[in-house]
Amino acid sequence: MSTILVQVIVGGLLLGAVYALFSSGLTLIWGMMNIVNFAHGDFVMLGMYVAFVIWTLFGAGPMLGVPVAALLLATLGIVVYFGLIRSIMKGPMLAQILGTFGLALLLRYAAFWWFGANFLSLPENIVGGTFDIFGIRIQASRLLAGVVALLVTGGLHILLTRTSLGSKMLAVAEDSTAAQLMGIRPDTMQAIAWAIAAGVTGIAGALIATFFYIVPTVGETLGIVAFVTVSLGGFGSVPGALVAGLLIGVIESLSAYWIGAVYKDIVVYSLFLSFLWFRPQGLMGKS
Amino acid sequence: MTAPLLTIEHLEVRYGDLIGVSDVSLEVPEGSVVALLGSNGGGKTTTLNAIAGLIPVHAGSIVFGGEEIGGKTAFSIVRKGLALSPEGWRLFVQQSVENNLLLGATPLRNRARVAALLERVYEIFPKLAERRSQRAGTMSGGERQMLAVGRALMSDPKLLMLDEPSLGLAPAVVESMYETFGRLHREGLTILLAEQSIELALEVSDFATVLQVGKSVLSGTAAALADDPQVQKVYLGTG
Repeated sequence: MSTILVQVIVGGLLLGAVYALFSSGLTLIWGMMNIVNFAHGDFVMLGMYVAFVIWTLFGAGPMLGVPVAALLLATLGIVVYFGLIRSIMKGPMLAQILGTFGLALLLRYAAFWWFGANFLSLPENIVGGTFDIFGIRIQASRLLAGVVALLVTGGLHILLTRTSLGSKMLAVAEDSTAAQLMGIRPDTMQAIAWAIAAGVTGIAGALIATFFYIVPTVGETLGIVAFVTVSLGGFGSVPGALVAGLLIGVIESLSAYWIGAVYKDIVVYSLFLSFLWFRPQGLMGKS
Repeated sequence: MTAPLLTIEHLEVRYGDLIGVSDVSLEVPEGSVVALLGSNGGGKTTTLNAIAGLIPVHAGSIVFGGEEIGGKTAFSIVRKGLALSPEGWRLFVQQSVENNLLLGATPLRNRARVAALLERVYEIFPKLAERRSQRAGTMSGGERQMLAVGRALMSDPKLLMLDEPSLGLAPAVVESMYETFGRLHREGLTILLAEQSIELALEVSDFATVLQVGKSVLSGTAAALADDPQVQKVYLGTG
């Protein structure tokens, strides 16, 4: 394999890890309460603007931007759960779709109002320059984003499968009535799920902001990536989101390299649609 | 005489316009086993679910340990020491046997006791110890029943409610299950047992209450009810 091809694949994996991270937030909410959050992409967008504001105010990079974005978005997640989700959960599916879609528009146009429609970006060297590892050139910002995203996604998986908090959350997801018989309050677990889902999505936003353009509508683009990743990986599965995110990152990079950046989405989505033809439940979803 | 651990008076539960139970009264003295008898549709499950807080109480009172618990949420009732092994077990089938048991210990304030309680449940049901890391969904009916009872015991309840623990199980499994209930009784646990099979239930019980279409129609000591021809009539629907 040529060095350039390895470089393209590594770049795809690093970007894919960030895709995996924000998609695992979406899949967690779906797995916990069967709600599709159409505002999910806009949570990523907010994380990006948090990173931008932290840089303008303090001149700080992701070291400060990432934890602040995690905290602010986690708080937003709790507010959204108690202010919106709890009531629309009892309503019909249409109420859930319109409710979260309305939230998406609210967040998007609030961003227009505050920041305007200009494309913003963080300075290219905010994390560091470009590394040269065995002839492969990697931007420091992408390396940091990919590695942190992998760690956080892995941490989320461990939280769900290895801790007592995760066990309680999964218990509520599986049978919230039985969970109440265990003394678990479903509301608390669902609010925690929203805090975690929005928090990790905020982290992903602050990470991707170090090398991606920032604009109020960026959530549309990234939201679609999240939906594709979650359906490819299987709804409700964090490991599925990880594998699917990495896969989509690599396919995007390769098709951008071979065919051209403009056409990469055509390749990704055609492959995705033909995959769903054969396995509609996704890679790790339950049929 | 001290007040019973649980006293229910004129309980009424509705599902929308439908009446689940219309007038149920019963007492569970501390340290006793009380059988809640009646044929299918008599209101046994509705009564237990109302006590556990899973369905709202329309009228009447439920007093547990001197405190009115009617209308309280299910998660707060179990924290007071009232555990239910529900109809259909309601296990967390995606999780391991041990995780199911640990979830049962959620209401315990004193976390230091969890390990000892787990050991005790494993001693009562050695099968569960063998399968501790297996997913609950892969177990047989008898093992699921053990897990449901074990999970309820993990909260170290003052009162254990069992909803038809013999349902759908092989006779040998039912027999060993009832031996376990007898043992828990001897160790001092208070049990409220809903059961369709009269012979089984009266064998381990001190007292019994018979439900018929949502009303408690007979109450007394297990020995007296075992000889009461009226009980048979209620079951046959000729009472």
